[in-house]
Amino acid sequence: MITVTINGEARRFETALKVSRLLEQMALADKRIALERNGEIVPRSRFDQESVADGDRLEIVVAVGGG
Amino acid sequence: MDPLVIAGKAYSSRLLVGTGKYQDFNQTRLAIEASGAEIVTVAIRRTNIGQNPNEPSLLEAVPPSKYTLLPNTAGCYSAEDAVRTLRLARELLDGPKLVKLEVLGDPKTLYPNVVETLKAAETLVKEGFDVMVYTSDDPIMAKQLEEAGCCAVMPLASLIGSGMGILNPWNLMIIIDNARVPVLVDAGVGTASDAAIAMELGCHGVLMNTAIAGARDPVLMASAMKKAVEAGREAFLAGRMAKKPYTASPSSPTTGLIASARDKAA
Repeated sequence: MITVTINGEARRFETALKVSRLLEQMALADKRIALERNGEIVPRSRFDQESVADGDRLEIVVAVGGG
Repeated sequence: MDPLVIAGKAYSSRLLVGTGKYQDFNQTRLAIEASGAEIVTVAIRRTNIGQNPNEPSLLEAVPPSKYTLLPNTAGCYSAEDAVRTLRLARELLDGPKLVKLEVLGDPKTLYPNVVETLKAAETLVKEGFDVMVYTSDDPIMAKQLEEAGCCAVMPLASLIGSGMGILNPWNLMIIIDNARVPVLVDAGVGTASDAAIAMELGCHGVLMNTAIAGARDPVLMASAMKKAVEAGREAFLAGRMAKKPYTASPSSPTTGLIASARDKAA
């Protein structure tokens, strides 16, 4: 098991996994999102290549209403 | 035509609107359509994890194909958070360069922290962003942000969301006179006359959210704001008459009046 902090919440996954797989598991695969891993942006074009490992901290954001 | 040019791009509307505080996305869409705005601000926030995967997206109400989306850094209290937020926004929205920078100093007043704002502006300009910057109505600060490379300076008229209108027109006029980039009033407009006054002072545009979203009928207020900004701009371009304190001047001819009954009697 690995633990990943996503938007401040600890989440457990079976093994280390690709970003795209993680997003599928979280039902975010079809959403327009941007993702930061340990403070660095992971471009959407790299979601299939980049992995998430134990202890990683992710921020996943969307556009919301605001001024 | 009289376009608003920001970072080399021409816009026909001088009203920029936010997308916050509406009842639902349909009201957001209708109000923004009524406002005629082309530049629309959005905020960047953590997605709700594990909640309603079919939740509608704001981007369906304000499609990036139709509007210039202006991601903001609302809620950021440090230069670092603001810069990170806009890097995420650039990735999220497929690389828009135009962004709205605001770094707040205090949750009660939402007054800008201009020191952190300037720091963030310098980094963002270096990274190739076109930075429209929210700031106080301090003319020196406005000039420094312009010199740091910001493409538009956006002083407050009064506190964010307060609807108190333009509290210091004199400072705004100094900022406008000194600026070589567009100056937009951002924050504080409460009703249509406030927007018209901002434009009559010579502001190049007005950015607002709560004045529309917080009205009893937001769609109607959006339409009023569109007209107010257009009217204010035209009045500014037309050049108002000089004020003549305590001096009346009739608009109708003073000669050729019919004889009054009293004259006849005399």
